[in-house]
Amino acid sequence: MKSRIVGSAFAAALIIFAGYAALYIAPEEATMHEVQRIFYFHVSAWVATFTAFTIVFISNIAYLTTRGQRWDSLGVSAAEVGIACCSIGLITGPLWAKPVWGIWWTWDARLTTTFIMWLMYISYLMLRSLLEDPRHRASLSAVFGIFAFLDVPLVYMSNRLWRTQHPQPVFFGGPNSGIDPTMLKVFLLCMAAVLIVMIPVLVDRYRVECMRNEVEELRQEIELHSLDAQSQSRPVKEAL
Amino acid sequence: MSTARAAAILLAKELRLEFRTRELLNATVVFAIVVVVLFSFAFDPTPAESRRYGPGLLWIAFLFSGSLMLHPSFAREQSNDTLDALRMAPISSFAILLGKMLANFIFLSLAEVVLVPVFAVLYDVSLAGIVGRLALVLVLGTIGVIVTGTVFSAISAHARMRELLLPLLMLPILAPLLIAAVESTAALFSQQPYLDQTWVAFLAGFDVVFLTASWLLCDFLMEE
Repeated sequence: MKSRIVGSAFAAALIIFAGYAALYIAPEEATMHEVQRIFYFHVSAWVATFTAFTIVFISNIAYLTTRGQRWDSLGVSAAEVGIACCSIGLITGPLWAKPVWGIWWTWDARLTTTFIMWLMYISYLMLRSLLEDPRHRASLSAVFGIFAFLDVPLVYMSNRLWRTQHPQPVFFGGPNSGIDPTMLKVFLLCMAAVLIVMIPVLVDRYRVECMRNEVEELRQEIELHSLDAQSQSRPVKEAL
Repeated sequence: MSTARAAAILLAKELRLEFRTRELLNATVVFAIVVVVLFSFAFDPTPAESRRYGPGLLWIAFLFSGSLMLHPSFAREQSNDTLDALRMAPISSFAILLGKMLANFIFLSLAEVVLVPVFAVLYDVSLAGIVGRLALVLVLGTIGVIVTGTVFSAISAHARMRELLLPLLMLPILAPLLIAAVESTAALFSQQPYLDQTWVAFLAGFDVVFLTASWLLCDFLMEE
């Protein structure tokens, strides 16, 4: 318990410091000025989103091969955390785009892909809530999760071929890409801070899911016992 | 029994079942026509506008009617518990899925065969000289819709509110297919029709990816 409080305090301090660094330490960008500072959290949110959805994909495959209930719990937890991070990205994106591009939204490859991905993982959670039998819920939602993850590169490719406005990749994007060293340090700090906040949230959500499953199992066991007790206490004649 | 033979027998069963009443086909065709007619109120259907919006309209009509039509595919089996009988049969689970996919492919293709000429007449789009190429695009697009849709129909059959759930699962995943199908149809409807090979290849790739995925994962769909 004590270590968790210390851990949470550390994560909170880190994210506050990252926010300070993004606002005051990082140098101003040449053309976009102050607006560009949203970049540090916008891109970090994407990194967290992709990490989370990759965890969903891995746990879906792991569930289908091992049938371990824990993989299913990890899958749903990562999907929820991923949707939260994805929403942050989808909100900070238009806030940045409006002053820079002059529009809130454009149907470009990366934006569209993320939006479709967000919709698919919301469908994943809805599917889970509508499947009642726990075994079906785990295996069928895993199949859907795998289909959804396979679709992400296809959505990206199709939009890439079609129309694109989002800036070219800043990192590893060609000869004219790359950023100022201080900016890079601040960016790495923000990314680490977001991931350090995301991972404990994911772990906590995973614990809650495991406890929920346990409660469900215990409840079923109690029901089974009370049914047994009822049938035993009944007189033989009635039971026949 | 080989998978192909089992799938063929199941296909025959699906077709016999459907052609006794033709309920599903009639409803699908009428629904698709309703969508096409409603779209004429959403924009001004002059020939130039039709050429711009027509391909999208046509594919939206196919996707929507597909998402309605695919629902009974597995739900019908559930009401009489006949899926259990299929599961007990000594055939691979992919054969069950493949039989359904083939049947759904035939149903949706039949609906398209009716809808495309109606669309061409209503929106003044000339099909002369492009029938063969259009058929290729339609076949590739329909396979993609059917493969993912049949799998999701098997998934949603176990859920509550399954009629609503199926389009919700299926339509976002079909977004890339919609883009590719609309773009390749638009190339065929343009003044100088041509077959856009990039998009046709993309459609074929989409079909291969999801057909392989459903082949690999079909055992999990069919388990009790």
